[in-house]
Amino acid sequence: MLENAWIIPALPVLSFVLILFFGKRLPKGGHEIGVSAVAIAFMLACVCAVQWVQRPADLEVHGPVEEHAAPGPMPHANAVAAFEEKEPGHEPTEGGGQEKEGEHEAEPIRKPVVREVTWFDNGQTRVRAGTHIDGLAVTMMFVVTLISLLVHVFSTSYMHRDRRYTHYFAALSLFTAGMLVMVTANNTLQLLVGWELMGVCSFMLIGHWWEEQNNSNAALKAFFTTRTGDVGLLVGIAVLFFAAGRTFDIAEINAAALGGDLSHGLVLAGAAALLCGVIGKSAQFPLHTWLPDAMAGPTPVSALIHAATMVVAGVYLVARLYGVFWSGFDIGGGGVNAVALVGGTTVLIAAALAFVQSDIKKVLAYSTVSQLGYMVMALGVGAWTAGVFHLVTHAFFKGLLFLGAGSVSHAVHSFDMKKDMGGLREHMPTTYRTFLIGSLALAGVPPLAGFWSKDEILLGASSNGYPIFLVVGLLGAVLTAAYMTRCVYLTFFGDYRGHGDPHESPPAITVPLVVLAGFSVFAGLVNVPGGEWFAEWTENETVLSAGVAHHSFSPIVAVIGSAMGLVGIAAGYAYYWRNLGPHRLTQSSGPARTAYRILEDKYGLDRLYTDGVVSAIKGPIARGAYWFNQRVIDGVVNGVGIAARGLARFVYDTVDQRVIDGAVNGAGMGAEDGGKVLRLMQTGRVQQYALFLFGAVVVLGGTLVLFTTG
Amino acid sequence: MYLNQFLFLAAFLFCVGVYGVLARKNAVLVLMSIELILNAVNINLVAFGLFRESVAGQVFALFVIAVAAAEVGVGLAIVILIYRNRHSIDLTEVDMMKG
Repeated sequence: MLENAWIIPALPVLSFVLILFFGKRLPKGGHEIGVSAVAIAFMLACVCAVQWVQRPADLEVHGPVEEHAAPGPMPHANAVAAFEEKEPGHEPTEGGGQEKEGEHEAEPIRKPVVREVTWFDNGQTRVRAGTHIDGLAVTMMFVVTLISLLVHVFSTSYMHRDRRYTHYFAALSLFTAGMLVMVTANNTLQLLVGWELMGVCSFMLIGHWWEEQNNSNAALKAFFTTRTGDVGLLVGIAVLFFAAGRTFDIAEINAAALGGDLSHGLVLAGAAALLCGVIGKSAQFPLHTWLPDAMAGPTPVSALIHAATMVVAGVYLVARLYGVFWSGFDIGGGGVNAVALVGGTTVLIAAALAFVQSDIKKVLAYSTVSQLGYMVMALGVGAWTAGVFHLVTHAFFKGLLFLGAGSVSHAVHSFDMKKDMGGLREHMPTTYRTFLIGSLALAGVPPLAGFWSKDEILLGASSNGYPIFLVVGLLGAVLTAAYMTRCVYLTFFGDYRGHGDPHESPPAITVPLVVLAGFSVFAGLVNVPGGEWFAEWTENETVLSAGVAHHSFSPIVAVIGSAMGLVGIAAGYAYYWRNLGPHRLTQSSGPARTAYRILEDKYGLDRLYTDGVVSAIKGPIARGAYWFNQRVIDGVVNGVGIAARGLARFVYDTVDQRVIDGAVNGAGMGAEDGGKVLRLMQTGRVQQYALFLFGAVVVLGGTLVLFTTG
Repeated sequence: MYLNQFLFLAAFLFCVGVYGVLARKNAVLVLMSIELILNAVNINLVAFGLFRESVAGQVFALFVIAVAAAEVGVGLAIVILIYRNRHSIDLTEVDMMKG
């Protein structure tokens, strides 16, 4: 199955096509195709995961599958070192790039399963498409297909009787396909294809109810904002293509970046350009503004986009091309670097914004932004495993929270926590319990999933020489716990403020919640002290040859980290349940009011983008472009047109009319004139014919006589 | 008796025949002129046969006479048909095939 992993992304693509063509004619409107395709894909992903775990971990080349050479400087030395004890010659070397190499040499590793075919062949460049299956890809496939399956099931109830039900499922399938294509890609071009597929699907899904202006605006905003970052991704792919010696192959790019032969500036340029793409796609500061607006889409879509697919694509990109980021930004060096800085900033500013939202989905949206910041920060501080691990656990509990919010809104027909919710824990017990589990996991309460992954990030930040980001992470933990407490309070406690009689959702909605709650509780246990299976499964050659440090579990960090979460919860509890603390602060204190207003205004970023960037583009830049278009481009086009017309006229007049028509007419007239002359001979008089006959005989006979006798 | 006497006679008859074919308007006379031409040829054949002391010339002459009889039969039939249609056997009037 690992060799045939291409089937997994192919299934949702097939499902997309089938739903599009036949969905409307099916009794269930097409969801049966989508659900079954994703369910099969999920099962295959499980098979992949099992096979990966059972795959022998060594450096031998297996079977007929094409394998890449180890990116390390000396593959044979690696192979030897894998079976013998660590050799003295492989001590850490402080090279020009300050990369710590050599520590990993003795570690056995599962070789990735690569299968590829030639996509196109362009002289010196052969682009190969295929799948590169390693622990990271297997993990992502598992998470993506699982969340997607649950979202599909959830949607069958949530989107019931929607006017574009069939198209919704088609887009959902294609979205899943995009993410799966991206995670299995073995080259950056294929990765880009998946990336952009998700871009266009997010546009379709966020704008699913496009009849409302807000929704279609949100879809446009999401699309344009991520496109802004995508420019960086394209540039980065091009830079790395040439930097790594005309190749799109990810393994080769990573190896080249870590090999130390490339100029640091080139790798840095590539990494910085890729980071732009990450900032756009993963909603990092300052391009995070599209994500909260993307809540305009149906809630299951939010769960899919913001838990498992689109927004983690950026994080995945960093994790996949880690060699480039590692050497480009010198992540091993400690201190501050751009990746960690972007992530850290995002953690705090998004967490602060989550406090002033009254829309439950907006709270979760900012929470997502903040958690994505955590992941990027983790990758930025060199805690690769922690970042990927947080991606996985976050997918579970954030998917759970979004679907829970969907369940709530399904019952009360609103997203406004302050106006229409409250006291729902009695009306919706299952939703309440699962939502609570998700919130606790997000807040990092041990031993739920979020605790383990967040703890690892903090551990990485503290051990790799990034003290600033340890502080950021701890602060973020407090804020996260506090805003989730607020959210749970406003939704499920107090008195019901909405209309009607809310009731628990049907099983198609609650079952996914329960499943995800189970994962939120237990997923963390795959990477606990003493049993770091997750690290063993996912870490690939790139990570190991970069020399990502492993740190043993630190009780101090764990205690402080979970204490921070508990502090946040306690603060929220005191503020909302016990009514302690400064409740009328915004009315009484000027600075607090200003701060609140700034938060309400989302730091003015939206205004900056709409008034500054967009209106500039709409105004002077568009006019300038229009002028350029009219005068220069149209001028050139018109000039070419006029010239072409003149040339055509000349050709028509001389070549066509005179030469060609002349020849044709000449042939015709020649035949006619010849006919006129010959016609005179045809008098119809037999005797004249006889005369010609005799004449001819005389001539022939004379000639004969002349020649035979002469 | 010399061969050239026969040949001169045949040439004379041939020329009279050709003149008749080309110059006369009456279709019957044209047919008769054709007979003259054929008979000129017959004279030549018989004369050469005698000259070479072979009967082949006479055999050919007999063939020509037989074929000429058939030809006159067909030709006169055509002339009769023309006459029936046009009440004239003037060949200059029969020019419907004029181009």
